[in-house]
Amino acid sequence: MPTEIEQVTMHGVPSHLPPVVSVSKTHGRAAQQDPAWLRYSLIGTAMAIIGLLIIVPVVSVFYQAFAAGPGVYWKNLTGDSDTRHSIYLTFLVVPVSVAANVVFGVAAAWAITRFRFPGRTLLTTLIDLPFAISPVVAGLMFLLLFGMQGYFGPWLREHHIKIAFALPALILVTTFVTLPFVARELIPVMEAIGSDEEIAAISLGANGWQMFWRVTVPNIKWGLLYGVILCNARAMGEFGAVYVVSGHIAGQTDTMPLRVEKLFQEYNNPGSFAVASLLTSLALVTLFIKIVLERKTQQELKEAAEPQAST
Amino acid sequence: MSIVVKNLTKHFGNFTALNDVSLEAPSGSLLALLGPSGSGKTTLLRIIAGLEGADRGLVLYQDEDVTHQSPKDRQVGFVFQHYALFRHMSVYENIAFGMRVRRKPQAEVDARVRELLHLVRLEGLGQRYPSQLSGGQRQRVALARALAVQPRILLLDEPFGALDAKVRQELRQWLRQLHDEIHLTTVFVTHDQEEAFEVADRVVVMRAGHIEQSGTPQEVFDHPATPFVMDFLGNVNVFHGRVENGMAMLGALNVAYPEYPHAESRQATAYVRPHELDIEHTPIGTSSLEVRVTQINPAGSVAKVRVFSEEFGLALNVDLNLERYAQLRIKTGDRVFVAPRNVRVFMPEAPDYVI
Repeated sequence: MPTEIEQVTMHGVPSHLPPVVSVSKTHGRAAQQDPAWLRYSLIGTAMAIIGLLIIVPVVSVFYQAFAAGPGVYWKNLTGDSDTRHSIYLTFLVVPVSVAANVVFGVAAAWAITRFRFPGRTLLTTLIDLPFAISPVVAGLMFLLLFGMQGYFGPWLREHHIKIAFALPALILVTTFVTLPFVARELIPVMEAIGSDEEIAAISLGANGWQMFWRVTVPNIKWGLLYGVILCNARAMGEFGAVYVVSGHIAGQTDTMPLRVEKLFQEYNNPGSFAVASLLTSLALVTLFIKIVLERKTQQELKEAAEPQAST
Repeated sequence: MSIVVKNLTKHFGNFTALNDVSLEAPSGSLLALLGPSGSGKTTLLRIIAGLEGADRGLVLYQDEDVTHQSPKDRQVGFVFQHYALFRHMSVYENIAFGMRVRRKPQAEVDARVRELLHLVRLEGLGQRYPSQLSGGQRQRVALARALAVQPRILLLDEPFGALDAKVRQELRQWLRQLHDEIHLTTVFVTHDQEEAFEVADRVVVMRAGHIEQSGTPQEVFDHPATPFVMDFLGNVNVFHGRVENGMAMLGALNVAYPEYPHAESRQATAYVRPHELDIEHTPIGTSSLEVRVTQINPAGSVAKVRVFSEEFGLALNVDLNLERYAQLRIKTGDRVFVAPRNVRVFMPEAPDYVI
């Protein structure tokens, strides 16, 4: 799972405009002129590694999960109230975090691409910070702020507000570790599209909201959805940061990844693999949607890169 | 609806885009803001539209002060250089946009869009998307979209800048015709003097944030107020010399200059357009200059002759009409004499001279 996420991350961050021309056919032909043995051994090596590191583990997760038949699988997933709660919790934390990131991402991308202000470069860099920080460290940082011994701990306890080892902390750290996804996806798209259409909308009498919903959103929708998908994948799989701030309380603060680990530690392999297979299925669905959206975003960028040039 | 701009000043950081600019576009006129890039013409247009705020100064439509009004309240039609059509909307929806955001009833929108599609000669293309149109068609959609909101004035920013020469020519004439039909006060920005002179009633030449000269195309072309205007309005030959006693002495050329009757000699620069120079085989007193023909290009409506004066190291362009060219029978390498028919002399920052 983490391996796949890393790949998603790397791929989902176009740092600049795509080249206007795609790779031409002649380039492809040059590669095909390599000797057959080289071609087949390279292809074979790649296939073997993919098979060993990706296909076999993924299949084995499902194999293990379904080893005792679908009935047992279903029971493993739904029979345990703690497991049920972990699924519920993941499906609660993830949408809230994603929603928060959509709001932040659009606002940040807007600020960075539409305004020139001091600290703009710094902001662009800081958005990426959560990618660089280890999730465990991120979790610790939040504990340091909101934990019992943290800076705000005493004040929060006085006012009976529970953040650490409770739902708010889970949402906070999940939002933190996924913060860059939407913004990073939108910045190049909005940069490429430019503000001409938005200014045109204003000149035609649209107010800010009308401009945003009728002109900006339709132009960035695929990029936005792509960011949401990536953000969603990362949020579902998040383990380290959540592990630190959740306190790992079964039936209360365990999300699906934490539940997988706990069941595994308790030698409940069928239960662990059942939850793991659910997470993997969600990842596969995400991957599929990602591929579809990726094509759409590339198109969006391409159209923006050829701004209605005269014919 | 006339447009009046009073003492506009606009800075971008340390850069002064507009410096105390005032101008007036009479109701129903078609005015061109002409200038090189960086002269402030687009900034001026955007301030008139309300897309940009001014640091100081006023913008009036007729007698109404609109300086602090939003673009919406100003009700202007604005056409952008790169069209800025909404790429995800059909031509129909592009044109309808201004009415949609004003929540006009569908029947009214429909009628108006049809009318405008007819006006810009794009009937039947309503369901196309901008990416399916040619450059000229896109620009006409942009114009229809700007006109859809019944604007009080129409502003165009380099409307034909991104089009190829032939389409540009057609659209220019069409814009002029359209203007004569709808009589909307129109201001357009261009860096192409030919375009400005062909289309506009009045031309405003701008440089470095201020107005260099304004007037009818005829006035500006025949009586350029400054060397910059002279230079900007096209090909020009420059002579450096002195003026005194009612004469301008430009190297070997002496021409009458009664505007300066004083005895004190002063530096001056003279400008002569290529079509204002004539070629003779024999010298005409002191008002001609001996040169050698270096290049002749007779293709076109005039023969373009390039000559060089070895004595002064001066290359000149001469435009001869084809009749005169045939009569002269010159060829490359010939020694001939050029004589100006018309000379404009400018003295650099002449202080007021007391007689």
